[in-house]
Amino acid sequence: MSFLEVTSFLFDGFIISLLIFGVTLLLGAPLGLPIAFCSMSRFKPLKYLSKVIVWIVRGIPLMLQIFIIYYVPGLLFGFQLFGQVDRFFLLEYGIMDAGRITAVLIAFTLNYACYFSEIYRGGIESISKGQYEAGYVLGMTKSQIFRKIILKQVIQRIVPPMSNEIITLIKDTALANCIMVCEIIKQAKELAATKAMIWPLFYTGVFYLLFVGLLTVVLGKLEKKLSYFRS
Amino acid sequence: MSILEVKNIKKSFGKTEVLKDVSFTLEEGEVLSIIGSSGSGKTTILRCINQLETADSGFIKVNGEVFFDGENRPKKEDPKEKRRKQLLVGLVFQNFNLFPQYNVLENVTLAAKLQATELPEYKENKVKINAEIDEKAKDILGKVGLLDKLNNYPCELSGGQQQRVSIARALILEPKILFFDEPTSALDPELTGEILKVIKSLAEEKVTMVIVTHEMSFAKAVSSKVIFMDNGVIEEEGTPEEVFDNPKSHRTKEFISKFDD
Ligand SMILES: Nc1ncnc2c1ncn2[C@@H]1O[C@H](COP(=O)(O)OP(=O)(O)OP(=O)(O)O)[C@@H](O)[C@H]1O
Ligand SMILES: [Mg+2]
Repeated sequence: MSFLEVTSFLFDGFIISLLIFGVTLLLGAPLGLPIAFCSMSRFKPLKYLSKVIVWIVRGIPLMLQIFIIYYVPGLLFGFQLFGQVDRFFLLEYGIMDAGRITAVLIAFTLNYACYFSEIYRGGIESISKGQYEAGYVLGMTKSQIFRKIILKQVIQRIVPPMSNEIITLIKDTALANCIMVCEIIKQAKELAATKAMIWPLFYTGVFYLLFVGLLTVVLGKLEKKLSYFRS
Repeated sequence: MSILEVKNIKKSFGKTEVLKDVSFTLEEGEVLSIIGSSGSGKTTILRCINQLETADSGFIKVNGEVFFDGENRPKKEDPKEKRRKQLLVGLVFQNFNLFPQYNVLENVTLAAKLQATELPEYKENKVKINAEIDEKAKDILGKVGLLDKLNNYPCELSGGQQQRVSIARALILEPKILFFDEPTSALDPELTGEILKVIKSLAEEKVTMVIVTHEMSFAKAVSSKVIFMDNGVIEEEGTPEEVFDNPKSHRTKEFISKFDD
């Protein structure tokens, strides 16, 4: 296999890595918000429920969560849910791994939503009470205070920790190969097994590095753009 | 009719009784200074009047409107009504609490512009209304000497300038009474003068004000009425001459003598 062929073969896997990355970010980031609000809720049952969920999700290795989501429905209901999805998409559209990828996406989204929610909560709680009170004595509504005063300050504060999580996320996508999803590392292992080529496994690092480099630049720009004020 | 009536206000935080039966009145155009040692309840009474804190019992009336009535509390107060009342009073905080992401002009106009969106004619006249608010803000910022800082962010200003912005931010809503909670305490001594000058000029314009302060000579010069609070009660009340020059209460004498030098 030529270098170009290997690159193309690995790139097919990296597309799957990027898919997991993109979907997790797109669904997990918004999902973190209601979780954050629940964990700050004055309604105790809701607060403790969300705290317990966050505790479990952050307390268990992500790989184990992928196994749980993928296998437990089958163990409980005697019905391989994701296996069926797999077969359906493969037969109908010729798409590989659809069921496995779905399981991975669910696990990743839940996991990252919980991490994000903690970042949001920390950001919101770090805004001084005086900001709310200033808005309040100026006759603003609660929603105006949140949208016009608090939100941007929270965003400024959460961009650095979110950047860290986002960079961790792209590397975490490698975990998907624990249930045989053809992300880039799985592809490289495939080459090692079938073609006895070990170097592509190390070559995958270049893909991650380039993408993380891009993320660092983009997130750094965002951070800089928000640094025009100091709160 | 007094513009501010505070009657028998009591307030505890847990087991600490912070306000033990506080009553006073204020007439339109008057300037009231509240002095007293740390922890005597000065901030708490201001916060109760400004609806940031709810008293336990008593009665508060501003401009003829009931702000709080311990005997007759509404079960659930309409937030819109509460905001309407809120606009009758303005509060300047010790630590300014400017909105860091907005520049000086935006800080001053934000609340007024949000208010304006509720006007029935807002949709048609949006541009004109906002332009008027900007003009008004510039007017006020001119008065407090900040016309050259319109586009600066709070982090680029000195403490004294920030406090002047926060005064302008309160003034644009034309409150009936403007409250100050130690407006100079967070400032370097050399910056207190500019704030006191602004307050003095407001007093000359007959703006009704309540000022919690540790600046005794300033309180004496600017106020029409002085209250000395001690341990949750009004220990002494009167004209500046009465309270500063001829205090009747022993506690007042003791407190004021600490500032003599
Ligand atoms: N939210 C609160 N919870 C509990 N205790 C409070 C709270 N706010 C104020 N207190 C207590 O109430 C007392 C009076 O506080 P307050 O801030 O009104 O005093 P102050 O006269 O403004 O003092 P200072 O000159 O230091 O500002 C203090 O003992 C304070 O610890
Ligand atoms: Mg105080």
